[in-house]
Amino acid sequence: MRVELKGITKRFGSFTANDQIDLVVEPGQIHCLLGENGAGKSTLMNVLFGLLRAEEGEILIDGTAVNFANSGDAVRHGIGMVHQHFMLVPVFTAAENVVLGFEPTRSFNRLDHKTANAQIHELSQKFGLEVDPDAVVENLSVGLQQRVEILKALSHDAELLILDEPTAVLTPQEIDALMEIMRSLARDGKSILFITHKLKEVRAVADVITVIRQGRVVDSVPPTESEGELASLMVGREVNLTVNKEVTPVGDVVLELRDVVVRDDRGLAVVNGVSLDVRAGEIVALAGVQGNGQTELAEAVAGLRRVESGTISLRGRDITNLSPREILDAGLGHVPEDRQRDGLVLSMSVADNLVLNTPRRAPFARRGTRNLTAVAANARDLVQRFDIRTSSIDATAGSLSGGNQQKVIVARELSRPLTCFMASQPTRGLDVGSIEYVHRQIVNQRNEGLGVFIISSELDEVVALGDRIAVMYAGKITGVVEPTTSREDIGLLMTGASVVDHV
Amino acid sequence: MSEVVANATSDAAPEKSPRRRWWERYSSTSPITLTMLALVLGVVIGALIIMVTSATVLDAWRHSFHHVGSIGSTLKITFDNVAAAYRAMLTGSIIDPTLLFHSISTGHGWSETMTPLSETFTYATPLVIASIGVGVAFQTGIFNIGANGQAIMGGIGGTAVGSMIHVPMIIHLPLTLLAGIVGGAVCGLVPGVLKAYTGAHEVIVTLMFNYVVNAILIYALTSTALQLPGQANGISRNFDASATLDPIFGAKSGLRVSYGIFVAAAVVVFAIWFLKRSSLGFDFRITGANPNAARASGINPKFIVLALFVVSGGLAGLAGVVQAASTTHYIDSGFLVGSAGIGFTAITIALLGRLQPMGIVWGSLLFAALGVGGRAMQAATGIPLDLATIIQSIVVLFVASPVLIKEIFRLRKGAQSFQMATKGWSS
Repeated sequence: MRVELKGITKRFGSFTANDQIDLVVEPGQIHCLLGENGAGKSTLMNVLFGLLRAEEGEILIDGTAVNFANSGDAVRHGIGMVHQHFMLVPVFTAAENVVLGFEPTRSFNRLDHKTANAQIHELSQKFGLEVDPDAVVENLSVGLQQRVEILKALSHDAELLILDEPTAVLTPQEIDALMEIMRSLARDGKSILFITHKLKEVRAVADVITVIRQGRVVDSVPPTESEGELASLMVGREVNLTVNKEVTPVGDVVLELRDVVVRDDRGLAVVNGVSLDVRAGEIVALAGVQGNGQTELAEAVAGLRRVESGTISLRGRDITNLSPREILDAGLGHVPEDRQRDGLVLSMSVADNLVLNTPRRAPFARRGTRNLTAVAANARDLVQRFDIRTSSIDATAGSLSGGNQQKVIVARELSRPLTCFMASQPTRGLDVGSIEYVHRQIVNQRNEGLGVFIISSELDEVVALGDRIAVMYAGKITGVVEPTTSREDIGLLMTGASVVDHV
Repeated sequence: MSEVVANATSDAAPEKSPRRRWWERYSSTSPITLTMLALVLGVVIGALIIMVTSATVLDAWRHSFHHVGSIGSTLKITFDNVAAAYRAMLTGSIIDPTLLFHSISTGHGWSETMTPLSETFTYATPLVIASIGVGVAFQTGIFNIGANGQAIMGGIGGTAVGSMIHVPMIIHLPLTLLAGIVGGAVCGLVPGVLKAYTGAHEVIVTLMFNYVVNAILIYALTSTALQLPGQANGISRNFDASATLDPIFGAKSGLRVSYGIFVAAAVVVFAIWFLKRSSLGFDFRITGANPNAARASGINPKFIVLALFVVSGGLAGLAGVVQAASTTHYIDSGFLVGSAGIGFTAITIALLGRLQPMGIVWGSLLFAALGVGGRAMQAATGIPLDLATIIQSIVVLFVASPVLIKEIFRLRKGAQSFQMATKGWSS
């Protein structure tokens, strides 16, 4: 199926989200739509999937103009969409989710599990997407849940599959598996529209890359284009993808972990005897596939999770199992992994969020009364210094883009005196421009002599930032290596292979 | 997906001129407009109820079926009945223009003229205090359904200090009010401790605690310490004159409105400062909006729960003692029971006022006026007081379902959305 978008224009009020967009997806083609957050990718896909109506332009399928009143029309024309946030019922099985809305039934409208399972099995076989039909979705890994979504789209005979930021939630292995699935679907003649802002995966899998910026198509390029070129097309200026680090003297140990054991909510010891030092003036990056205890380790350091045994100290002072307040006051800067859950109050203003964990500190309050003038002055200063793009300091944090939300947290943490700066997944979900910015801030802090502890599941980030790289697997540190270590070796450590080259 | 679209729309909405924006605030779907429209609907539905329940109106209609020509007079009777009821309600709760004109022209009879307003303010005073207590808790995401019990405990504490200690007014009155606050705070602290340290759900605990307090009230009123000597009934000793909130215009004026309204005004000022400017209030708001971020920002959730129940319960207790010290000067076994249960009405008013102190003031005045006016209407026209309760309920019902109001009045424009003040039962 050949899908052509011609002159699509979509406006929201006076804001033009899509401006005269032309796009052609050939049968069997993996077409990648690359652009920063807010460039108009999702709006365009919603127009194509019948969720929004364009003011101008038309959609042609195999040369015939079509008109979608809703997403049902799009599905009938062979378009399937896998949303960034999955639309599955967690307590249903994979098979039940796939047939949802089109259930095969027996007498008295009872669900025919046998037929449903058989349908799933057949689809799985046909496209090489292994999923246990009887598995309850909430027990499946994110990667497998995504497979269920893809199967669901394919079960409606989709010829064009739209994947909206499909890799944002996946581990590196799951990303590889997804790319294999995409290639095999393309071989079967399905077309794939793949939306992302990650440069590496685009070049690995796409046949054609169309770059969108501020609602317009900037260029269509082959995947042989360099990452730097793609990044500048996307952002509209030269982007520095490598982080420049000066050689700086390393000082005393500021964060010391000794035999730390932490249990997760189910009571399993997911951090099992971790020892690690972070010294002033260096960046220690903790690498590892998501779910190997990094999240719990970070929570334990921040005082949000109980340390079962072992000690954590901040510049020689034992902070094990102190309250979050005491640990903050001891000088730990903390950028939490889930910024909207733990780092911000979305319904409050940017100014309030910038003093969220220092509301009682001078000059922000005196004898229990807040000094709103000082809070506002602080906000204006930080908004300018950290280049936070907001309509005003009184705008709610929820109205900011993801990158600017992260800048609010980074600005807040770096604006108070710190002993050690810990950031979990500091650039997850951010676009290239914001990643570059956040990385530069982190490196600046290190250059000024702060000890920095980064926890990241992005190998690129770990390698770019870390002066030393610790790799975590199944609750243990499997190795601490130099950033010059080959990716293969780090990858091996991430899968629990034996220690390569201790530093 | 649709949320994203909606955001984009409102973000991108073209800038309006200030004048247009001012107009929109009061013409479109703002909370103020919606509340006013809810009141209009309450009055209209109330009128329908008067029509179908008034014997005079029904007789007139029955008559008109037999005498076709009398339809005009039937309509007039219907209109007159409804108008008389609402006139009595308005003149009985705010001001009677005839009396006002008389007072202005002769300079006499100000007492009768001002009585309705005085009564409305008298009823509104404890409602404002208790509702703000409830509202502060709701803003933090905690449902304090026990305000009534806390108010009764405040009444007991205040009555004990007000009637059993004998010191000069300058010490006695503040001490009495303080005793009310402490009574309510202690009563709130019990569910607070249970929630903070055992995870008990505050709705269940506070709700059930109301019944516990009812029993404590009966016990206290039959104890020799508090019971009026020589009485077999559950009735307390009287407040000392040095512990009462006296009528502002003197006992001879006949106007009951007391210095209690200054206490209420102080509570409003305190609440505005507390929520907008105080560090603890900021912690409360953070906890209410995002408990996870609150914890990560070093706020101790246990402390917040305890502090919150002290503040919320203390205000409810203050409402209780103000009620006793300004009107009856004693408490009996019927104190704050049934329709006088200000602690329950406070929950409704807090939501009606969208948890904001000034909104709560207006909500309290509306409820008090409907109650006072309802009594005047019952006296003047024989229509039961329950009609006022029905109107109160309808207003709340419609305010709680803004979509319904928008449908009825075809309000579709306006970017401002109306949100429910509360989020859910879990915390």
